[in-house]
Amino acid sequence: MKILETAITNKLGKTTKQAKPVNMLEMIMNLIFTVCGLIAVVFVLLITAFLIVSGVPAIKEIGIIDFLTGDIWASTAETPLYGILPFIMTSVYGTLGAILIGVPIGLLCAVFLAEIAHKKIAGIVRSAVDLLAGIPSAVYGLIGMIIIVPAVREIFDLPDGANLFSAIIVLAIMILPSVISVSETAIKAVPKEYKEASLALGATKTETVFKVIVPAAKSGILTAVVLGIGRAIGEAMAVMMVAGNVANMPGLFKSVRFLTTAVASEMSYSSGLQREALFSIALVLFVFIMIINLVLNLIVKRNKR
Amino acid sequence: MKKFISLICVTMLIVGIITGCGNNDTSATVSTDGSTSMEKVIGYLSEAYMEKNPNVKVTYNPTGSGSGIQAVIDGRCDIGLSSRDLTEEEKANLKETVIAIDGIAIIVNPENPVKNLSVEQIGEIYRGEITNWKDIGGNDTPIVCIGREAASGTRDGFEAITDTKDKCKYNQELTSTGDVVQTVAGNPNAIGYASLASVKDNVKILTVDNVEPTTHTIQEGSYKIQRNFVLVTKSNSPLSEAAQAFYNFATSDDADDFIINSGEIPIKR
Repeated sequence: MKILETAITNKLGKTTKQAKPVNMLEMIMNLIFTVCGLIAVVFVLLITAFLIVSGVPAIKEIGIIDFLTGDIWASTAETPLYGILPFIMTSVYGTLGAILIGVPIGLLCAVFLAEIAHKKIAGIVRSAVDLLAGIPSAVYGLIGMIIIVPAVREIFDLPDGANLFSAIIVLAIMILPSVISVSETAIKAVPKEYKEASLALGATKTETVFKVIVPAAKSGILTAVVLGIGRAIGEAMAVMMVAGNVANMPGLFKSVRFLTTAVASEMSYSSGLQREALFSIALVLFVFIMIINLVLNLIVKRNKR
Repeated sequence: MKKFISLICVTMLIVGIITGCGNNDTSATVSTDGSTSMEKVIGYLSEAYMEKNPNVKVTYNPTGSGSGIQAVIDGRCDIGLSSRDLTEEEKANLKETVIAIDGIAIIVNPENPVKNLSVEQIGEIYRGEITNWKDIGGNDTPIVCIGREAASGTRDGFEAITDTKDKCKYNQELTSTGDVVQTVAGNPNAIGYASLASVKDNVKILTVDNVEPTTHTIQEGSYKIQRNFVLVTKSNSPLSEAAQAFYNFATSDDADDFIINSGEIPIKR
């Protein structure tokens, strides 16, 4: 509030000094801009405070070691067990898998767009990528459930196709747009002279791409990877529909539950310690996202220097 | 001038929004508390009742059958909702009135040759004691058990009847009936359970102990995988006037249509 007041008085002071008539509309708009600017900050602080306040009690009651390293989650059993290691490991493996598949495809697609494709074709591909970014996650989930899950079951001859592998495939597709657009920008930002020098020295196009352009765009590509990680670890709806949602320790062809889906699937009916534990899971997820953002900021900062 | 007019319009709209709210004076409240499985039934009933009696508000607190029964004992609510019958001990002070029956259908993929299972066999399948369809007259393929998330009322009912509570070996835990039906329809090895009313014809409904689940077999009790939805009230002290009126409505013939609409089966009167 103080900042707000000083902002207003500053403004007032200026206008009177310049001896202009005090413009009410200008003042009110200024106030509105300031308030809108602060809203985002307020929400982040509120959410952080809320998650800590509602997530910490259950962790205390369960014990942080039991909570983070317990490998059995049985929230509605006679003697409930709240171990979230399966969810943490699933989220980590799932995200890693999605990055392993999604980043190479995305990077090569970005190279294609920036260096190889004809302008017209690049335009078409780029709008397709943008469209891919706009598809709601429930639609990804639905398509995964109806096409990918049965396909995985048939191809690998499994009894059931809803497993970590299907989730990884869906996540890999979902992170493509952000990986592609960020790495394309990074590749385009590489000075033309690098490329020209490399080609003039007799390197082939492929050598130029992999030995000159990609290394030069390294930090931009790293940003793309981190963004992809953020997207993959926070996704709930789509993986809920393809991963099977059983609280198993992760295995490639096992039915698994992610951190996000652990919260989403039980929230509606939960009560008591179970509900509090769900908040604690959300807190753990939040910490993960914070770490990812921090890493992202570090990379961007180093990038600028 | 234009600005002035638009300012007046905006002001009037805002005033309209503000005055539009908060004009719903309710003179009486009926509070219900309990089973999460009864959410839909009680939702349909209270909505219909409040439409007819706009000055009465029916509230619902989804806490679970046990908590609902306890809430009636403590006097924290007017009517308790339970998706299990009361125990003899509870019946000492409480009265139960069945308002609807929930039939849970056992579904498999239409390609699956199995037509009938016993309640024991279903329990053995879900506990992981039978893992191949050939052991129960099907093809030589593994069984994939599809179920609901831990907090689901349907799961709670199913596990209680088949004696699989906390022992189920699920391959998938899905968060809606629609997902269960869709998954079973897409996997020839799958078996699942869902409220009878939600099952469509893209899956095959099994007979249980050779009884087909229909409104008739569920009402007469020959279809085994079913449970009662019960209103719980105190047996020694009377309900408030508003609560008694809602209770009378929920147990009358008028309620049957709403119970059917909510996907459950009304009792035979």
